[in-house]
Amino acid sequence: MSQVKVLGSGCPNCRRLTGLTEQALAELGRPEQVEKVTDYAQIAAYGVLATPALVVGERVVMAGRIPGLDSLKAALAEQLAPAA
Amino acid sequence: MSTIAAPAPSRVRLPLLAIVAVAAAIGFYFALGPFWDWALYRAVGLPRGTRWADAVHFFCFDTTKIAALLVSIIFVVRVLRSFLSVERTRALLGGRREGLGNVAAAGLGVATPFCSCSAVPAFIGFVAAGVPLGVTLSFLIASPMVNEIAVVLLYGLFGFRIAALYVGSGLVIAIVAGAILGRLRLERFVEPFVLQAAGQASTPGVPEPQPSWSERFELGREEVRSILGRIWPYLLAGIALGAAIHGWVPADFFARYAGPSNPLAVPFAVVLGVPLYSNAAGVLPLVEALHAKGLAMGTLLAFMMSVVALSLPEMVLLRRVLRPKLLAAFVAVVAGGILATGFLFNAVL
Repeated sequence: MSQVKVLGSGCPNCRRLTGLTEQALAELGRPEQVEKVTDYAQIAAYGVLATPALVVGERVVMAGRIPGLDSLKAALAEQLAPAA
Repeated sequence: MSTIAAPAPSRVRLPLLAIVAVAAAIGFYFALGPFWDWALYRAVGLPRGTRWADAVHFFCFDTTKIAALLVSIIFVVRVLRSFLSVERTRALLGGRREGLGNVAAAGLGVATPFCSCSAVPAFIGFVAAGVPLGVTLSFLIASPMVNEIAVVLLYGLFGFRIAALYVGSGLVIAIVAGAILGRLRLERFVEPFVLQAAGQASTPGVPEPQPSWSERFELGREEVRSILGRIWPYLLAGIALGAAIHGWVPADFFARYAGPSNPLAVPFAVVLGVPLYSNAAGVLPLVEALHAKGLAMGTLLAFMMSVVALSLPEMVLLRRVLRPKLLAAFVAVVAGGILATGFLFNAVL
Protein backbone atom coordinates (compact mmCIF):
# COMPACT_ATOMS: atom_id res chain seq x y z
CA MET A 1 0.00 0.00 0.00
CA SER A 2 1.31 3.36 -0.95
CA GLN A 3 2.45 5.85 1.65
CA VAL A 4 1.36 8.87 -0.33
CA LYS A 5 -2.29 9.34 -1.30
CA VAL A 6 -4.26 12.07 -3.01
CA LEU A 7 -7.93 12.17 -1.99
CA GLY A 8 -10.36 13.63 -4.48
CA SER A 9 -13.13 12.80 -6.87
CA GLY A 10 -11.05 13.26 -10.02
CA CYS A 11 -11.82 16.94 -10.43
CA PRO A 12 -9.24 19.12 -12.24
CA ASN A 13 -7.82 20.31 -8.90
CA CYS A 14 -7.27 16.73 -7.75
CA ARG A 15 -5.48 15.83 -10.97
CA ARG A 16 -3.27 18.87 -10.56
CA LEU A 17 -2.38 17.93 -7.00
CA THR A 18 -1.61 14.37 -8.12
CA GLY A 19 0.69 15.64 -10.87
CA LEU A 20 2.42 18.09 -8.54
CA THR A 21 2.92 15.42 -5.89
CA GLU A 22 4.45 13.04 -8.42
CA GLN A 23 6.77 15.81 -9.57
CA ALA A 24 7.70 16.72 -6.00
CA LEU A 25 8.48 13.08 -5.15
CA ALA A 26 10.59 12.72 -8.29
CA GLU A 27 12.54 15.88 -7.50
CA LEU A 28 13.11 14.66 -3.95
CA GLY A 29 14.34 11.37 -5.35
CA ARG A 30 11.70 9.40 -3.47
CA PRO A 31 10.54 5.98 -4.69
CA GLU A 32 6.91 6.33 -3.43
CA GLN A 33 4.03 6.08 -5.85
CA VAL A 34 0.99 8.33 -5.52
CA GLU A 35 -2.22 6.44 -4.87
CA LYS A 36 -5.45 8.11 -5.90
CA VAL A 37 -8.44 7.69 -3.60
CA THR A 38 -11.66 8.63 -5.36
CA ASP A 39 -14.23 6.77 -3.27
CA TYR A 40 -16.24 9.27 -1.24
CA ALA A 41 -16.78 6.86 1.66
CA GLN A 42 -13.01 6.37 1.98
CA ILE A 43 -12.38 10.10 1.68
CA ALA A 44 -14.91 10.74 4.44
CA ALA A 45 -13.22 8.14 6.63
CA TYR A 46 -10.15 10.39 6.72
CA GLY A 47 -12.34 13.17 8.09
CA VAL A 48 -11.56 15.33 5.08
CA LEU A 49 -14.17 18.01 4.28
CA ALA A 50 -12.48 19.66 1.33
CA THR A 51 -10.72 18.06 -1.60
CA PRO A 52 -8.09 17.67 -2.90
CA ALA A 53 -6.31 16.38 0.17
CA LEU A 54 -2.84 14.94 0.60
CA VAL A 55 -2.31 11.98 2.91
CA VAL A 56 1.15 10.81 3.90
CA GLY A 57 1.46 7.69 6.04
CA GLU A 58 -2.30 7.75 6.82
CA ARG A 59 -2.02 11.30 8.14
CA VAL A 60 -3.85 14.16 6.39
CA VAL A 61 -1.16 16.72 5.62
CA MET A 62 -3.23 19.30 3.77
CA ALA A 63 -6.81 19.57 2.53
CA GLY A 64 -8.70 21.85 0.19
CA ARG A 65 -5.74 23.56 -1.40
CA ILE A 66 -3.19 23.17 -4.15
CA PRO A 67 0.18 24.06 -2.66
CA GLY A 68 3.10 25.41 -4.63
CA LEU A 69 5.75 22.87 -5.60
CA ASP A 70 8.19 24.16 -2.98
CA SER A 71 5.65 23.95 -0.15
CA LEU A 72 4.69 20.49 -1.29
CA LYS A 73 8.29 19.28 -1.38
CA ALA A 74 8.93 20.68 2.09
CA ALA A 75 5.79 19.02 3.47
CA LEU A 76 6.61 15.67 1.84
CA ALA A 77 10.20 15.76 3.03
CA GLU A 78 9.00 16.50 6.54
CA GLN A 79 6.36 13.75 6.61
CA LEU A 80 8.12 10.91 4.84
CA ALA A 81 10.49 8.69 6.73
CA PRO A 82 14.06 9.05 5.43
CA ALA A 83 14.66 6.72 2.48
CA ALA A 84 16.42 3.54 3.47
CA MET B 1 4.71 23.39 9.16
CA SER B 2 7.34 25.63 7.68
CA THR B 3 6.70 25.40 4.00
CA ILE B 4 8.04 28.66 2.66
CA ALA B 5 11.26 28.34 0.72
CA ALA B 6 12.20 32.03 0.67
CA PRO B 7 12.94 33.69 4.00
CA ALA B 8 9.79 35.34 5.36
CA PRO B 9 9.82 39.17 5.28
CA SER B 10 10.55 40.73 8.65
CA ARG B 11 7.76 42.12 10.82
CA VAL B 12 8.39 45.71 9.78
CA ARG B 13 8.60 45.05 6.07
CA LEU B 14 5.39 43.08 5.78
CA PRO B 15 2.79 45.83 6.48
CA LEU B 16 4.88 48.31 4.49
CA LEU B 17 4.93 45.95 1.52
CA ALA B 18 1.18 45.48 1.82
CA ILE B 19 0.54 49.26 1.75
CA VAL B 20 2.80 49.75 -1.26
CA ALA B 21 1.13 46.85 -3.07
CA VAL B 22 -2.38 48.20 -2.40
CA ALA B 23 -1.41 51.71 -3.54
CA ALA B 24 0.20 50.33 -6.70
CA ALA B 25 -2.87 48.21 -7.46
CA ILE B 26 -5.26 51.17 -7.04
CA GLY B 27 -3.05 53.42 -9.17
CA PHE B 28 -2.79 50.74 -11.85
CA TYR B 29 -6.55 50.21 -11.84
CA PHE B 30 -7.42 53.87 -12.38
CA ALA B 31 -4.67 54.40 -14.96
CA LEU B 32 -6.08 51.66 -17.19
CA GLY B 33 -8.83 53.69 -18.89
CA PRO B 34 -6.63 56.65 -19.86
CA PHE B 35 -3.84 54.27 -20.81
CA TRP B 36 -5.91 52.29 -23.33
CA ASP B 37 -7.48 55.52 -24.71
CA TRP B 38 -4.00 56.79 -25.33
CA ALA B 39 -2.47 53.50 -26.54
CA LEU B 40 -5.20 52.47 -28.96
CA TYR B 41 -6.60 55.76 -30.26
CA ARG B 42 -3.47 57.91 -30.11
CA ALA B 43 -0.40 55.68 -30.33
CA VAL B 44 -1.78 52.95 -32.61
CA GLY B 45 -4.20 55.36 -34.26
CA LEU B 46 -7.36 53.22 -34.30
CA PRO B 47 -10.28 55.28 -35.57
CA ARG B 48 -12.34 56.02 -32.43
CA GLY B 49 -16.04 55.50 -32.90
CA THR B 50 -15.83 52.67 -35.41
CA ARG B 51 -17.25 49.32 -34.40
CA TRP B 52 -14.14 47.22 -34.45
CA ALA B 53 -11.97 49.86 -32.81
CA ASP B 54 -14.45 50.17 -29.95
CA ALA B 55 -14.63 46.38 -29.68
CA VAL B 56 -10.82 46.16 -29.46
CA HIS B 57 -10.81 48.91 -26.85
CA PHE B 58 -13.52 47.12 -24.83
CA PHE B 59 -11.53 43.88 -24.99
CA CYS B 60 -8.20 45.40 -23.91
CA PHE B 61 -9.69 47.60 -21.22
CA ASP B 62 -11.93 44.90 -19.75
CA THR B 63 -9.27 42.19 -19.81
CA THR B 64 -6.76 44.28 -17.87
CA LYS B 65 -9.35 45.80 -15.56
CA ILE B 66 -10.92 42.47 -14.64
CA ALA B 67 -7.54 40.77 -14.30
CA ALA B 68 -6.34 43.51 -11.92
CA LEU B 69 -9.55 43.27 -9.86
CA LEU B 70 -9.43 39.49 -9.73
CA VAL B 71 -5.78 39.18 -8.72
CA SER B 72 -6.02 41.69 -5.90
CA ILE B 73 -9.39 40.57 -4.57
CA ILE B 74 -8.82 36.83 -4.75
CA PHE B 75 -5.58 37.36 -2.84
CA VAL B 76 -7.06 39.58 -0.14
CA VAL B 77 -10.18 37.43 0.30
CA ARG B 78 -8.18 34.22 0.58
CA VAL B 79 -5.90 35.74 3.21
CA LEU B 80 -8.95 36.90 5.21
CA ARG B 81 -10.63 33.54 4.77
CA SER B 82 -7.62 31.72 6.14
CA PHE B 83 -9.00 32.66 9.57
CA LEU B 84 -11.87 30.29 8.84
CA SER B 85 -11.90 26.73 7.50
CA VAL B 86 -14.52 24.17 6.52
CA GLU B 87 -13.58 22.25 9.67
CA ARG B 88 -14.23 25.32 11.81
CA THR B 89 -17.49 26.08 10.01
CA ARG B 90 -18.69 22.56 10.59
CA ALA B 91 -17.89 22.83 14.28
CA LEU B 92 -19.82 26.13 14.41
CA LEU B 93 -22.85 24.61 12.68
CA GLY B 94 -22.90 21.24 14.44
CA GLY B 95 -26.04 20.73 16.52
CA ARG B 96 -27.60 24.01 15.36
CA ARG B 97 -31.34 24.14 14.93
CA GLU B 98 -32.99 25.12 11.70
CA GLY B 99 -33.86 28.78 11.41
CA LEU B 100 -30.95 30.57 12.98
CA GLY B 101 -28.78 27.73 11.74
CA ASN B 102 -29.78 28.56 8.15
CA VAL B 103 -28.76 32.17 8.63
CA ALA B 104 -25.43 31.16 10.15
CA ALA B 105 -24.85 28.60 7.39
CA ALA B 106 -25.50 31.11 4.60
CA GLY B 107 -23.17 33.64 6.20
CA LEU B 108 -20.48 31.05 6.74
CA GLY B 109 -20.98 29.79 3.19
CA VAL B 110 -19.81 33.19 2.00
CA ALA B 111 -16.89 33.46 4.41
CA THR B 112 -15.51 29.91 4.34
CA PRO B 113 -12.79 29.01 1.83
CA PHE B 114 -14.64 26.33 -0.10
CA CYS B 115 -14.71 25.01 -3.66
CA SER B 116 -18.02 23.51 -4.76
CA CYS B 117 -16.03 20.56 -6.11
CA SER B 118 -15.79 19.55 -2.43
CA ALA B 119 -19.57 19.50 -2.06
CA VAL B 120 -19.78 15.72 -1.57
CA PRO B 121 -17.16 15.21 1.17
CA ALA B 122 -18.40 18.36 2.90
CA PHE B 123 -21.99 17.10 2.78
CA ILE B 124 -20.97 13.75 4.31
CA GLY B 125 -18.87 15.49 6.94
CA PHE B 126 -21.69 17.86 7.88
CA VAL B 127 -24.15 14.96 8.21
CA ALA B 128 -21.61 13.12 10.35
CA ALA B 129 -21.35 16.12 12.66
CA GLY B 130 -25.13 16.34 13.05
CA VAL B 131 -25.65 19.49 11.02
CA PRO B 132 -29.35 19.46 9.93
CA LEU B 133 -30.04 18.83 6.23
CA GLY B 134 -31.61 22.24 5.58
CA VAL B 135 -28.71 24.03 7.26
CA THR B 136 -26.18 22.07 5.18
CA LEU B 137 -28.08 23.00 2.02
CA SER B 138 -28.10 26.69 2.99
CA PHE B 139 -24.32 26.47 3.18
CA LEU B 140 -24.04 24.68 -0.17
CA ILE B 141 -26.29 27.25 -1.92
CA ALA B 142 -24.64 30.36 -0.49
CA SER B 143 -21.09 29.22 -1.08
CA PRO B 144 -21.04 29.25 -4.91
CA MET B 145 -23.70 31.95 -5.33
CA VAL B 146 -22.24 34.69 -3.18
CA ASN B 147 -18.59 34.24 -4.01
CA GLU B 148 -15.95 36.92 -3.93
CA ILE B 149 -15.34 36.87 -7.67
CA ALA B 150 -18.98 37.60 -8.45
CA VAL B 151 -19.29 40.32 -5.84
CA VAL B 152 -16.10 42.13 -6.77
CA LEU B 153 -16.75 42.02 -10.48
CA LEU B 154 -20.30 43.28 -9.94
CA TYR B 155 -18.90 46.09 -7.85
CA GLY B 156 -16.22 46.94 -10.41
CA LEU B 157 -18.60 46.85 -13.38
CA PHE B 158 -21.91 48.09 -11.96
CA GLY B 159 -21.14 49.78 -8.66
CA PHE B 160 -21.97 49.29 -5.03
CA ARG B 161 -25.76 49.16 -5.21
CA ILE B 162 -25.97 46.26 -7.65
CA ALA B 163 -23.27 44.31 -5.80
CA ALA B 164 -25.08 44.82 -2.48
CA LEU B 165 -28.42 43.77 -4.01
CA TYR B 166 -26.79 40.64 -5.38
CA VAL B 167 -25.23 39.69 -2.04
CA GLY B 168 -28.43 40.42 -0.15
CA SER B 169 -30.69 38.44 -2.43
CA GLY B 170 -28.18 35.58 -2.70
CA LEU B 171 -28.14 35.27 1.09
CA VAL B 172 -31.93 35.43 1.32
CA ILE B 173 -32.29 32.70 -1.32
CA ALA B 174 -29.80 30.46 0.52
CA ILE B 175 -31.48 31.01 3.91
CA VAL B 176 -35.06 30.62 2.70
CA ALA B 177 -34.37 27.70 0.35
CA GLY B 178 -32.49 25.84 3.11
CA ALA B 179 -35.25 26.56 5.62
CA ILE B 180 -37.98 25.32 3.25
CA LEU B 181 -36.05 22.17 2.31
CA GLY B 182 -35.40 21.51 6.01
CA ARG B 183 -39.13 21.85 6.78
CA LEU B 184 -40.04 19.34 4.09
CA ARG B 185 -38.36 16.56 6.16
CA LEU B 186 -36.65 15.02 3.20
CA GLU B 187 -33.89 13.28 5.16
CA ARG B 188 -34.99 9.90 3.84
CA PHE B 189 -34.09 11.07 0.34
CA VAL B 190 -30.43 11.40 1.17
CA GLU B 191 -28.46 8.61 -0.54
CA PRO B 192 -28.03 5.74 1.94
CA PHE B 193 -24.27 5.57 1.40
CA VAL B 194 -23.95 9.04 2.90
CA LEU B 195 -25.23 7.82 6.26
CA GLN B 196 -22.92 4.81 6.20
CA ALA B 197 -19.96 6.96 5.26
CA ALA B 198 -20.92 9.51 7.88
CA GLY B 199 -21.03 6.73 10.46
CA GLN B 200 -17.46 5.74 9.66
CA ALA B 201 -16.16 9.28 9.25
CA SER B 202 -13.82 10.52 11.91
CA THR B 203 -15.68 13.56 13.17
CA PRO B 204 -13.11 15.72 14.77
CA GLY B 205 -11.34 14.80 11.54
CA VAL B 206 -8.52 16.96 10.35
CA PRO B 207 -7.41 19.49 12.96
CA GLU B 208 -8.21 23.12 12.16
CA PRO B 209 -5.26 24.62 10.35
CA GLN B 210 -3.45 27.39 12.25
CA PRO B 211 -1.41 29.10 9.56
CA SER B 212 1.20 31.76 10.24
CA TRP B 213 1.02 35.09 8.43
CA SER B 214 3.50 34.12 5.76
CA GLU B 215 1.51 30.92 5.23
CA ARG B 216 -1.66 33.00 4.85
CA PHE B 217 0.03 35.05 2.13
CA GLU B 218 1.22 31.83 0.52
CA LEU B 219 -2.41 30.60 0.54
CA GLY B 220 -3.41 33.86 -1.17
CA ARG B 221 -0.81 33.38 -3.89
CA GLU B 222 -1.84 29.74 -4.38
CA GLU B 223 -5.47 30.76 -4.72
CA VAL B 224 -4.74 33.44 -7.33
CA ARG B 225 -2.67 30.99 -9.35
CA SER B 226 -5.22 28.21 -9.06
CA ILE B 227 -8.34 30.27 -9.83
CA LEU B 228 -6.86 32.30 -12.67
CA GLY B 229 -5.29 29.14 -14.10
CA ARG B 230 -8.73 27.58 -14.17
CA ILE B 231 -10.92 30.43 -15.35
CA TRP B 232 -8.81 32.41 -17.82
CA PRO B 233 -10.25 30.71 -20.92
CA TYR B 234 -13.80 31.49 -19.74
CA LEU B 235 -12.76 35.00 -18.87
CA LEU B 236 -11.23 35.70 -22.28
CA ALA B 237 -14.15 34.05 -24.10
CA GLY B 238 -16.62 36.05 -22.04
CA ILE B 239 -14.81 39.31 -22.70
CA ALA B 240 -14.42 38.57 -26.41
CA LEU B 241 -18.13 37.82 -26.69
CA GLY B 242 -18.85 40.93 -24.68
CA ALA B 243 -16.63 42.96 -27.01
CA ALA B 244 -18.45 41.60 -30.06
CA ILE B 245 -21.82 42.47 -28.54
CA HIS B 246 -20.45 45.84 -27.58
CA GLY B 247 -19.32 46.58 -31.14
CA TRP B 248 -21.99 44.97 -33.29
CA VAL B 249 -25.29 44.53 -31.51
CA PRO B 250 -27.37 47.69 -31.96
CA ALA B 251 -28.08 49.67 -28.82
CA ASP B 252 -31.53 48.91 -27.34
CA PHE B 253 -31.65 45.62 -29.24
CA PHE B 254 -32.40 43.71 -26.05
CA ALA B 255 -34.57 46.43 -24.62
CA ARG B 256 -36.98 45.67 -27.46
CA TYR B 257 -37.04 41.89 -26.96
CA ALA B 258 -36.02 41.32 -23.35
CA GLY B 259 -36.77 44.51 -21.48
CA PRO B 260 -38.26 44.63 -17.99
CA SER B 261 -41.77 44.46 -19.41
CA ASN B 262 -41.31 41.02 -20.98
CA PRO B 263 -42.41 38.47 -18.34
CA LEU B 264 -40.75 35.56 -20.15
CA ALA B 265 -37.28 37.10 -20.08
CA VAL B 266 -36.46 36.05 -16.51
CA PRO B 267 -37.51 32.37 -16.75
CA PHE B 268 -35.72 32.16 -20.09
CA ALA B 269 -32.54 33.57 -18.54
CA VAL B 270 -32.70 31.05 -15.68
CA VAL B 271 -33.17 28.07 -18.01
CA LEU B 272 -30.40 29.33 -20.27
CA GLY B 273 -28.04 29.53 -17.30
CA VAL B 274 -28.37 25.86 -16.28
CA PRO B 275 -26.39 24.11 -19.02
CA LEU B 276 -23.83 26.91 -19.23
CA TYR B 277 -20.85 25.80 -17.27
CA SER B 278 -18.94 28.87 -16.39
CA ASN B 279 -18.36 31.01 -13.39
CA ALA B 280 -18.92 34.61 -12.45
CA ALA B 281 -15.70 35.70 -14.12
CA GLY B 282 -16.73 34.28 -17.48
CA VAL B 283 -20.32 35.47 -17.30
CA LEU B 284 -19.87 39.01 -16.06
CA PRO B 285 -18.16 40.61 -19.09
CA LEU B 286 -21.09 39.23 -21.07
CA VAL B 287 -23.56 40.59 -18.54
CA GLU B 288 -21.88 43.99 -18.76
CA ALA B 289 -22.17 44.13 -22.54
CA LEU B 290 -25.78 42.86 -22.51
CA HIS B 291 -26.72 45.46 -19.92
CA ALA B 292 -25.23 48.21 -22.05
CA LYS B 293 -27.54 47.07 -24.86
CA GLY B 294 -30.67 47.40 -22.76
CA LEU B 295 -31.15 44.00 -21.12
CA ALA B 296 -32.82 44.47 -17.74
CA MET B 297 -30.63 44.13 -14.64
CA GLY B 298 -32.97 41.75 -12.81
CA THR B 299 -32.97 39.40 -15.78
CA LEU B 300 -29.18 39.52 -15.90
CA LEU B 301 -28.74 38.88 -12.18
CA ALA B 302 -31.10 35.90 -12.46
CA PHE B 303 -29.04 34.60 -15.36
CA MET B 304 -25.84 34.94 -13.39
CA MET B 305 -27.25 33.25 -10.29
CA SER B 306 -28.53 30.41 -12.41
CA VAL B 307 -25.11 29.91 -14.05
CA VAL B 308 -23.23 29.76 -10.75
CA ALA B 309 -25.78 28.06 -8.46
CA LEU B 310 -27.87 25.81 -10.71
CA SER B 311 -25.24 24.60 -13.13
CA LEU B 312 -25.36 21.07 -14.48
CA PRO B 313 -21.96 19.96 -13.04
CA GLU B 314 -23.12 21.09 -9.61
CA MET B 315 -26.31 19.05 -10.02
CA VAL B 316 -24.29 15.99 -11.04
CA LEU B 317 -22.21 16.31 -7.87
CA LEU B 318 -25.23 16.79 -5.62
CA ARG B 319 -26.94 13.81 -7.25
CA ARG B 320 -24.23 11.66 -5.61
CA VAL B 321 -25.60 12.51 -2.18
CA LEU B 322 -29.25 13.46 -2.86
CA ARG B 323 -31.81 11.09 -4.34
CA PRO B 324 -33.78 12.40 -7.35
CA LYS B 325 -36.79 13.60 -5.34
CA LEU B 326 -34.67 15.70 -2.99
CA LEU B 327 -32.54 16.98 -5.85
CA ALA B 328 -35.70 18.00 -7.72
CA ALA B 329 -37.01 19.81 -4.65
CA PHE B 330 -33.63 21.53 -4.30
CA VAL B 331 -33.66 22.72 -7.92
CA ALA B 332 -37.28 23.85 -7.72
CA VAL B 333 -36.80 25.87 -4.54
CA VAL B 334 -33.55 27.51 -5.68
CA ALA B 335 -34.94 28.24 -9.14
CA GLY B 336 -38.02 29.76 -7.50
CA GLY B 337 -35.83 32.04 -5.43
CA ILE B 338 -33.81 33.14 -8.44
CA LEU B 339 -36.97 33.83 -10.46
CA ALA B 340 -38.39 35.93 -7.63
CA THR B 341 -35.13 37.89 -7.45
CA GLY B 342 -35.17 38.56 -11.18
CA PHE B 343 -38.77 39.78 -11.20
CA LEU B 344 -38.26 41.86 -8.07
CA PHE B 345 -35.23 43.68 -9.45
CA ASN B 346 -36.81 44.22 -12.82
CA ALA B 347 -39.69 45.86 -10.99
CA VAL B 348 -37.70 48.07 -8.62
CA LEU B 349 -34.50 48.96 -10.52
